[in-house]
Amino acid sequence: MTLAINILLWLVVGVLAVIAATRGRVLLDDGVRTGVMEFILLLPRIGIGVVGSGFVAEALPNAWIAPWLGPESGLLGVAIATLGGALTPGGPVVGFSIGAAALKSGAGAPQVIAYSTAWALYAIHRLVIWEVPMMPARVVWLRALVSLPLPFLAAALAMLLGRP
Amino acid sequence: MEKPPCGGQIPTALLRGRSHQPLSGGSRGTPSPSLRSYRRRNAGSTGTRQTIRFESTSVRGTLTKPPPQRRRRRAFDWSTAIIAALASAAAATVYARDGRQHFLEVLVGDLSLFGEMLPKVLAGCLIGAFVTLLLPREMVARWVGHESGFTGLLIAAFFGFLLPGGPITIYPVAGAFLVMGADAGAVVAFIVSWTLIGYTRALVWELPFFGADFVIWRMVAAIPLPIIAGLLARIAVRAGFQYRDEIK
Repeated sequence: MTLAINILLWLVVGVLAVIAATRGRVLLDDGVRTGVMEFILLLPRIGIGVVGSGFVAEALPNAWIAPWLGPESGLLGVAIATLGGALTPGGPVVGFSIGAAALKSGAGAPQVIAYSTAWALYAIHRLVIWEVPMMPARVVWLRALVSLPLPFLAAALAMLLGRP
Repeated sequence: MEKPPCGGQIPTALLRGRSHQPLSGGSRGTPSPSLRSYRRRNAGSTGTRQTIRFESTSVRGTLTKPPPQRRRRRAFDWSTAIIAALASAAAATVYARDGRQHFLEVLVGDLSLFGEMLPKVLAGCLIGAFVTLLLPREMVARWVGHESGFTGLLIAAFFGFLLPGGPITIYPVAGAFLVMGADAGAVVAFIVSWTLIGYTRALVWELPFFGADFVIWRMVAAIPLPIIAGLLARIAVRAGFQYRDEIK
């Protein structure tokens, strides 16, 4: 599975690189340089987040997480996770670290999906810092409003689909 | 503060109709050695003259206002610092409570998950960088702006999946859709799609934390959501939610 994904992704990279190369060597060089630079700069942040969430999950006693967010917590767990996602400040390192730590320490997968969906869609700090300054405010509120049910739908659809 | 994952392009490129501008050359203060040759090579295709015409002054204001100054990207920031402090405390707890053996097991397990994902993260960064260079954003805005109905929602959601970049590049593009004539439903579908099924975000951020199976599962389950959000937005607008007066 993971090998197939790698092959597919690198095929896409290859095709894009060939297209860029036909438009000019400079474009190819620019693409490669930018991509590699981004990768190098992101590495420490992702590394700290991944290893850190592992330790946080290990340090937390399972007994704390499971009753609230465990697979048995059902709709209430999804609701708690959604609220938590909306209130989580910070960038992707924070959101994904918390989600991963919760998953490893006994939270149910649909609850974690609800958490990361809510965090991605309407974390309050993001609306205020990013979206409102760049978009007409009423469109932002409309988007946040119609996004309210989406974490619940995401959790429900994920359960329907069944974990691979 | 959230940084664009990969392929971040400063939105002024869109506004100037210059689509092949190197990604962050401008904000890093490094002069692009190649801009002239891009223009020459792509004089026919990029449409340096296809500048977006802004009918409205208010949206124009929000779009042409210089974007929040993007600082030189660092490998470290406050969010990461907080997580690092938490992680150190948790690691010390595990070491003291469970002993060295278990500490090392956890560390090796997480590092190997991280290492396994690295080739995918690198591929995600490269795909993001190339798509940003190859896909003129004003063309995207035209496509989305001129399509309506259900097709409009599908196209908006598709471009949300396709366009790389972070909030600083995505929201101005979404704002441009409105100016080009797209309705709120399409804009909502685009942003929700970028947020939930955008591949750069998933590859670069989500994959190292959750592993491939989980991320694919979550993304497949999320595929209908942008369309549902777009339809809900249209229902809200039909029910009387006003948003046009801010644009016109």
